[in-house]
Amino acid sequence: MSVMKPLRAVGIVGYGAYIPRFRLSTTEIDRIWHGGEALAPIREKAVAGLDEDTVTISIEAARNALARAGIAPSKLRAVWVGSESHPYAVKPSSAIVAEAIGATPETLGADWQFACKAGTEALQAAIALVGSGMADYALAIGADTAQGRPGDELEYTAAAGGAAYIVGPAEEALATLEGSYSYVTDMPDFWRRPMQRYPQHGGRFTGEPAYFAHTEAAVRALMEGLHIAPEEVTWAVFHQPNVRFPRRAAQELGFQPHHIAPGLLAEEIGNTYAGSALLGLSAVLDIAEPGQRILLVSFGSGAGSDAFLWRTTERIAERRSAAPFTRAYLARRTPIDYGTYVRYHGKLHMH
Amino acid sequence: MTIPSYWRTRRQRLSLEGEICPHCRRHVFPPRDICPYCGGPAKAAASLSGRGTVYSFSLVHNAPAGFEPYAPYLVAIVKLDEGPLVTAQLTDVSPDEVSIGMPVEMVTRKLREEGEEGLIVYGYKFRPLLQAEAL
Repeated sequence: MSVMKPLRAVGIVGYGAYIPRFRLSTTEIDRIWHGGEALAPIREKAVAGLDEDTVTISIEAARNALARAGIAPSKLRAVWVGSESHPYAVKPSSAIVAEAIGATPETLGADWQFACKAGTEALQAAIALVGSGMADYALAIGADTAQGRPGDELEYTAAAGGAAYIVGPAEEALATLEGSYSYVTDMPDFWRRPMQRYPQHGGRFTGEPAYFAHTEAAVRALMEGLHIAPEEVTWAVFHQPNVRFPRRAAQELGFQPHHIAPGLLAEEIGNTYAGSALLGLSAVLDIAEPGQRILLVSFGSGAGSDAFLWRTTERIAERRSAAPFTRAYLARRTPIDYGTYVRYHGKLHMH
Repeated sequence: MTIPSYWRTRRQRLSLEGEICPHCRRHVFPPRDICPYCGGPAKAAASLSGRGTVYSFSLVHNAPAGFEPYAPYLVAIVKLDEGPLVTAQLTDVSPDEVSIGMPVEMVTRKLREEGEEGLIVYGYKFRPLLQAEAL
């Protein structure tokens, strides 16, 4: 199978990040559940405030993307939100986001679901919508307020955040698309049934046959299809459920630590699920120079990976300061204790 | 919030959409039929920058129905850069960090949930200006 390319050349014309300001340290989770003796996979994770959810995270990320694109919101012909934590079971997050940013009413709106790759799935579709000529601009967002069962190992990393990407014509792009590839199998590594508050997962099974197999297959097919070697790529961004997985996948694929360093945010914010790889990409776009290749690869449980190769243009340097950098959100940091976390996330039942 | 009210106020509530009076050119918020400044008909929608300063503020301990889960929370009158005064909650800030004259910007946040089965109402709040970090 070959690499996917749209009929019309497209690229990212605007991007934006959002990370809530609250941080819960894994030392604090350890203290409550494991007597401070467990080995935490990251330092701390980003936690949504009482008035934040996937919709509010998406709105701010989308406003940042619009500021960088410099286009009227009414020009967006699609507003797509990928998440596993949509606030409603039935009522699209995308309609609320589209209204808030001024993209209504002449737009598509839909919520995407594929665990942690829901946002990149929306991005593939946005590429297709613009690449086919049906639309000039389409907005794809990945955002989550992820939940882990108290005491479960997922609680260390399940975090909140998101990023938004406006796909448009290559002539206006900050980074043009060189090609993309997607890889999916029916993999039972992680799931959540309807009406259930917390997910189930396959423990160690989430690594080898799930994360590594899908991520590496997608990257290899994309790079081989485009005849690109790791040394021809300046930056590589992986889905980051922790720090260890993306580091190992990068190494196995022939990348060096410097390829992944600026896009690896899990140590500071945790796993923001559908926002994870997309936030890594926004941190890289904040610092990339024109003419550099960026590999982006997501992983969503269930399972699949979307891989993309981008190349930055001269416009990146002039447009990126039009909105707050990803680092500004990382630096805005208010530590909370486990009790506050329990309150913010509705883990106490009052009646 | 009633369903007609949710629908009618969606733009002003979610994105602080106001009006510019076509007669005296002043910004009006919330949108209304008659300009409060010159008395002329005012119906031309216009977006506001969302930037302003804290004109006055208070800490709410006894929250009205629907807002109890968020108490204590800050409510402010914000003087928008375009002129109008808006009453709204402050967010992402603790009470000891707020001062009169503090620059703020509009964000869209969850205002309240109508129980576990009802609508979730989103709307404008204000937070301290996000300082962009130098890279």
